[in-house]
Amino acid sequence: MPGITREEVAHLARLSRLELQAEELDHFAEQLDVIIGAVARVSEVAGQDVPPTSHPLPLTNVMRADVVRPSLTPEQALSGAPAVEEQRFRVPQILGEG
Amino acid sequence: MTELIKRTAADTAAAIASGEVSAVEVAQAHLDRIDAVDKKVNAFLHVDTEGALSAARAVDEKRAKGEKLGPLAGVPLALKDVFTTKGVPTTCGSKILEGWIPPYDATLTTRLKDAGVVILGKTNMDEFAMGSSTENSAYGPTGNPWDLSRIPGGSGGGSAAALAAYQAPLAIGTDTGGSIRQPGAVTGTVGVKPTYGAVSRYGLIAFSSSLDQGGPCARTVLDTALLHEAIAGYDPLDSTSINAPVPAVVEAAKRGEVRGMRIGVVKEFAGEGYQAGVMQRFNESVELLRELGAEIVEVSCPSFTLALPAYYLIAPSEASSNLARFDAMRYGLRVGDDGTRSAEDVTALTREAGFGAEVKRRIILGTYALSSGYYDAYYGSAQKVRTLISRDFDAAFAGVDVLISPTTPTTAFPIGERADDPMAMYLADLCTIPSNLAGNAAMSLPCGLAPEDNLPVGLQIIAPAMADDRLYRVGGAVEAALNDKWGHPLLEEAPAL
Amino acid sequence: MSVISLVSYEDALASYDPVMGLEVHVELGTKTKMFCGCSTELGAEPNSQTCPTCLGLPGSLPVVNAIGVESAIKIGLALNCEIAEWCRFARKNYFYPDMPKNFQTSQYDEPIAFNGYLDVQLEDGSTFRVEIERAHMEEDTGKSSHIGGATGRIHGASHSLLDYNRAGIPLIEIVTKPIEGAGERAPEVAKAYVAELRELIKALDVSEARMDKGQMRCDVNLSLRPHGREKFGTRSETKNVNSLRSVERAARFEIRRHATVLDEGGTIIQETRHFHEEDGSTTAGRIKDNAEDYRYFPEPDLVPIAPARDWVEELRAGLPELPRVRRARLQGEWGLSDKDMQSVLNAGAVQPILDTIAAGTNAEQARKWWMGEVARNANETGTELSEQPITPAQVARIAALVAEGKLNDKLAKQVIAAVLAGEGEPDAVIEARGLAVVSDDSALGAAVDQAIAENGAIADKIRDGKIAAVGALVGAVMKTTRGQADAAKVKDLILAKLGVEA
Repeated sequence: MPGITREEVAHLARLSRLELQAEELDHFAEQLDVIIGAVARVSEVAGQDVPPTSHPLPLTNVMRADVVRPSLTPEQALSGAPAVEEQRFRVPQILGEG
Repeated sequence: MTELIKRTAADTAAAIASGEVSAVEVAQAHLDRIDAVDKKVNAFLHVDTEGALSAARAVDEKRAKGEKLGPLAGVPLALKDVFTTKGVPTTCGSKILEGWIPPYDATLTTRLKDAGVVILGKTNMDEFAMGSSTENSAYGPTGNPWDLSRIPGGSGGGSAAALAAYQAPLAIGTDTGGSIRQPGAVTGTVGVKPTYGAVSRYGLIAFSSSLDQGGPCARTVLDTALLHEAIAGYDPLDSTSINAPVPAVVEAAKRGEVRGMRIGVVKEFAGEGYQAGVMQRFNESVELLRELGAEIVEVSCPSFTLALPAYYLIAPSEASSNLARFDAMRYGLRVGDDGTRSAEDVTALTREAGFGAEVKRRIILGTYALSSGYYDAYYGSAQKVRTLISRDFDAAFAGVDVLISPTTPTTAFPIGERADDPMAMYLADLCTIPSNLAGNAAMSLPCGLAPEDNLPVGLQIIAPAMADDRLYRVGGAVEAALNDKWGHPLLEEAPAL
Repeated sequence: MSVISLVSYEDALASYDPVMGLEVHVELGTKTKMFCGCSTELGAEPNSQTCPTCLGLPGSLPVVNAIGVESAIKIGLALNCEIAEWCRFARKNYFYPDMPKNFQTSQYDEPIAFNGYLDVQLEDGSTFRVEIERAHMEEDTGKSSHIGGATGRIHGASHSLLDYNRAGIPLIEIVTKPIEGAGERAPEVAKAYVAELRELIKALDVSEARMDKGQMRCDVNLSLRPHGREKFGTRSETKNVNSLRSVERAARFEIRRHATVLDEGGTIIQETRHFHEEDGSTTAGRIKDNAEDYRYFPEPDLVPIAPARDWVEELRAGLPELPRVRRARLQGEWGLSDKDMQSVLNAGAVQPILDTIAAGTNAEQARKWWMGEVARNANETGTELSEQPITPAQVARIAALVAEGKLNDKLAKQVIAAVLAGEGEPDAVIEARGLAVVSDDSALGAAVDQAIAENGAIADKIRDGKIAAVGALVGAVMKTTRGQADAAKVKDLILAKLGVEA
């Protein structure tokens, strides 16, 4: 089952918002094909009746009280922004809707 | 009197507390050392001269007022650039964060400051901690002080090199798949990955959230323990933080005694791919432990052979999501915003320009592993492997107190050798990854030089979760015995810079 | 498909059977955000309620708000759901500038509450059961304003400005199972469901659930299938329908639009749609193609939630009286017929009446004024009863003046109209307009004497026993007093003066 095509890599790059160059795409497709070939071994255990581990420690119910903590000041919040207007983050035009 | 920069953290703290030297003198000596050698080593991405001196002055003032100083007050430290520092640039080794100045301190940063530790600056690392050589830094590779043409390990190569080059007696690393232990091994220094959850991740820029763990690095086991105690402990800002007392690691390091302990040698960590000199020093260490009164048992952990594949699915998957926030909207680099392009295009152009090749590879790999249709086969299976590896550890720890292995299969390789061969690079973490997947504690400490290349070899000690003190007990014993045998610490054999 | 004419609603229903799914997002009224300690107070200046966590700064981590979880469980219990023994948060990955981490922390295949139902009452008094698929916890996004476009809309804008004060505010998403069998009443069911859910949320005191403030938002998913067919058709998802009336209109419009497309042999595209308040129509949004892949996985920065059973039972025991039960109780207390109670409900008058009773009026009077003058104004202006510019306290004051005989019904209506028109407090209106009932007996007596004197013939008839004729004399007195007399009192006075027993 392993293996990945150049088209799949291009699709994944779009999903992850990476504007890959053509040569980069070729190179990555080749490397990822090898890597996926190697890591695909994990699917040996796919059929086994083993519970998955998502967290290394068996903690549950870690919650905090609903108590307000100080926020950053707007100046701090905006301090790293590439562009600011009217105390808001200024971003390029947004296409479509979420 | 030993030169200031060669002293241990424990000795330095004692000298400051007694008034033998001032914290400012100590800080200045280290800043001078950085100035002298870092052009060659490139361990630091940012040196915070002013911040360091003012922190040192504060310690001296505190002492002058007769206030009690903590066990590491005034001791300089090199901080991996993966932790946020308020008002001090934090890049994570990436172009995408160039110039970013965080408005907040990581919990670990706050604890260091509270302990009076003097933060000298931020150290070089593989971009977003992805790598085993520090070659993936956007700011150039770091050299291994033992041989500047070789890698210092990674991702925390800057922190390990800073220790080995006497630029700082203490350093902080993070370990997702071996990024503390593997650099420790190849630079002849000590590094500990504490139990997952022992050190707060709040302010640690995430690579793989369920694997990342900050930890202490130093030149001696006791210094490592002192730093461990300073940074570990419950943090309500990190939901995965352990709410329990920190194991008595300093006491264990001082005790340094293995008589009566059962120590397991993991059968699977040997064979093809392991350098002969590495195995030779490892086997000598096993004998040493036996001589010191430990019982040596061979154990088998068959699932460990699946650890590397599972790791290279889980870590990239989490990374693909963790790194999505670098989108050019709120902070960091923004490329291509010419007034006509959409936010979507600017994000894609910025990420293309701001991330290096390894980061892009892993983002794509992780995106693939989480995609519908592949999730069960890849991510889902990798999480099952995680369970199997934990079970192997549980079974092993039912019969032994700690496990040991070489930290890395080989000594430091030349810069450039594996740079564009990801699979070869990934093998460097073969022995360290299982502990990240299971969340337990592990240490690397020097156990000699490989005869064929005269480069340091690391011994890895693995303890069950929450039993971090056992690492220091065994590590302390090994260190003392080896120093006796050699007549000096291993690092003294490193060539002068 | 902008200006083609749609088939009529009746024709659509003649051929097709609608299937609906409703997704409602409720912003919880917690003091702090879902995963950080920032305040949720509305109206703060931009980006003043943000921290590393809700801004998605590198290195930040989430910690779950305990009241957020408690609220989710309460909602689940009130919706007759099962509460998960163990569940996790998951990351929903997609890029959008209003989402600081470019993933939403949500729940995926392990919702905290699932498999419930809500019985809703339709306008004719019958009950319809809406099955609940799940209720899960998640977080809100920031707010973007679009600059440079003609109308502040996203299209044609040159750039956008982002305020992350809202980012991270707790949301509960409540998803129904497919609602089948409602037929022509589907739009009514949709509206009644959202209305009932809103009442429930308010009764639980977990949110104010103000739709006009975006605290409660509804997505209407709708598909049609030919009568007799079991398989669902392709659905459209109309997003952010933000009033009860709009929910009904959106469902109605989509039924007609789908029928029109299907009748012409076309196919429905699975897409999001936008609802337009102005004309009740929807227009196409984003097409939901296969490229959309949220890559959900368990949130590694949060640990699982495993609500202890005794905690769940404690919460269940502490649930307030639920709206349906309460309505039945009030109907009894107020002595209303089913039909009258339904009118009160339809008008949204329950709470105003209760508040007016609380201000000292009896149930009958409170209902009379709210369902009369005030409701009439609401109808005329097309607004909600609760939004009328008159308070329960003001209505109570007017009712009290009537009870004291200082106002009659006619004057009371004028006072209400004046208060609604913004002329101030009832007493001030009465003072300013000189509207008080003429209760001064001598003044009234003089007016009565005058009326009798001027209408001798009628007075004689009354004296002869034709008491019904008294109306003409009362009218004359009211005319003299410009309506400011208590008609009953005038009548009594006339009859007394004429020596006739009523």
